[in-house]
Amino acid sequence: MEDKNANFVSGAPGEEPEIDLGPKDNSRRTFLKQSALITAVALAPAPAVKAAEMHFDERVAEAFEKMPLKMEVNGVAKSLMVEPRSTLLDILREQLDLTGTKKGCDYGQCGACTVHVDGHRVNACLTLGIMVNGKKVTTIEGLAKGEVLHPMQEAFLKHDGFQCGYCTPGQIMSAVACIREGHANTEMEIREYMSGNICRCGAYPNIVNAIQEVKGGGFVV
Amino acid sequence: MKQFQYVRAASQQDALAAIAKPGTKIIAGGTNLVDLMKRGVTAPDKLVDITHLPLKGIAATKTGLHIGTLALNSVVSENSLVLAKQPLLAMALKAGASPQLRNMATVGGNMMQRTRCSYFYDTTMPCNKREPGTGCGAMEGYNRMHAIFGASGQCIAVHPSDMCVGLAALDAVVIVTGKKGERRIPMTEFHRLPGDHPENDNHLAPGELIIGVEIPDNNFAKNSYYLKVRDRQSYAFALVSVAAALDISGGLIKQARLAMGGVAHKPWRLFEAEKSLIGKPATEDSFKNAAQIAMQGAKAYEYNAFKLRLAPASITEALKHAAGAV
Repeated sequence: MEDKNANFVSGAPGEEPEIDLGPKDNSRRTFLKQSALITAVALAPAPAVKAAEMHFDERVAEAFEKMPLKMEVNGVAKSLMVEPRSTLLDILREQLDLTGTKKGCDYGQCGACTVHVDGHRVNACLTLGIMVNGKKVTTIEGLAKGEVLHPMQEAFLKHDGFQCGYCTPGQIMSAVACIREGHANTEMEIREYMSGNICRCGAYPNIVNAIQEVKGGGFVV
Repeated sequence: MKQFQYVRAASQQDALAAIAKPGTKIIAGGTNLVDLMKRGVTAPDKLVDITHLPLKGIAATKTGLHIGTLALNSVVSENSLVLAKQPLLAMALKAGASPQLRNMATVGGNMMQRTRCSYFYDTTMPCNKREPGTGCGAMEGYNRMHAIFGASGQCIAVHPSDMCVGLAALDAVVIVTGKKGERRIPMTEFHRLPGDHPENDNHLAPGELIIGVEIPDNNFAKNSYYLKVRDRQSYAFALVSVAAALDISGGLIKQARLAMGGVAHKPWRLFEAEKSLIGKPATEDSFKNAAQIAMQGAKAYEYNAFKLRLAPASITEALKHAAGAV
């Protein structure tokens, strides 16, 4: 994981002073670039210093490595620059601070990252963000209407459909899709169509109860 | 994941021109490719996104059913034409992956998925498929999931698809296009056995693109079944799977189709076992006899000997289901 607290550059003791570059962008990548830049600044003529102040190298790197991504997330239009290799999951969590969607296995084996793209559930960890361009994404944060929880969220609370809660956002996104797809008619069908969401606490019976209640209650999901 | 260049193909010509360059790979659903790229098993310089091409259609033709390469696995498995004409394919698709993954995975991508052999995935282990010439970790390793048919001294991996097993049983034909134009490859000949070149999963030539698959009309819709045996009831790769299709008239079998998954480097069609069923009554005795014939030439490794019993039992069971006897 990247160290979110790496706000300063520290050289070997006695060689360089600590330089506070401020909280603007604290990723390790930027950290490395900035530390290289500091050396350059010390040796460079005035125009280079000027360019460095304007984060010119950042922009050049961005132009080569990043691509524009426009998508609607929970009803809000988003316009971002992303690396082609960034997954939808990482973009949601790291760039948009929508950390409700969880990173479980990161390899499409657990379902914790389940979100809806154009109304269909997908694994965000195996979806390249750039391929979602022009589409509508719904995450767990997009289900409630203000303070009013979605019926599936209410049902998970009522039926204790979780223990540790880590898989829950994915379970709920999948559960909503399961009903919308018309695959929540029997317990067996629910279990089959929820099989892409693993719960290590084993809350499965309660999850099935929650889905059956929402399905049977005729709620609009 | 290694950085790569990403382009969207606006036309089939675009896509073909782009994939002609080495280091370039096609991406559609990405469910397997992104996984492999994250693990460093593959590291393309450039990805060509073909999801915007108009290759999603499912349509009845004069002789069969055409399914575009970009049709999603979930869509195909619920399509009314597929359910009416080729329910075996729908069953096979629904047995694969999870609903979320089926919402992403395409027909062509399903064909192109790589083995899930753990030695292929683990870049610290030898693997002739991932890195030709390094050896096979599975041969003397934990080979519980591995092949019992058609393996070589180089590779004992199995193809992981369920859909392809269904398509192989149904005499499907893969339609591909390239610089030299279109060609049609029977599903049973699309994938290859490992031999001395396990790095090649199939006979798709470099620069070729899958555009669709065609299933000829048949009389199997009433009596077909896909049985998948796995470590858990859902969302797991097959230990053994069987696609069985029968054309029964007056209690006698007129035609039969059988293919297995989880047992070979390709969907394993059981031609001899099929022949043995023709003209026979649709009874358990006939099915057991066919299952025995199907197992000729099977060879197990240290940890997968159970497949030698599981496979014939699964064939019999699938045939019983197909015949409506269960």
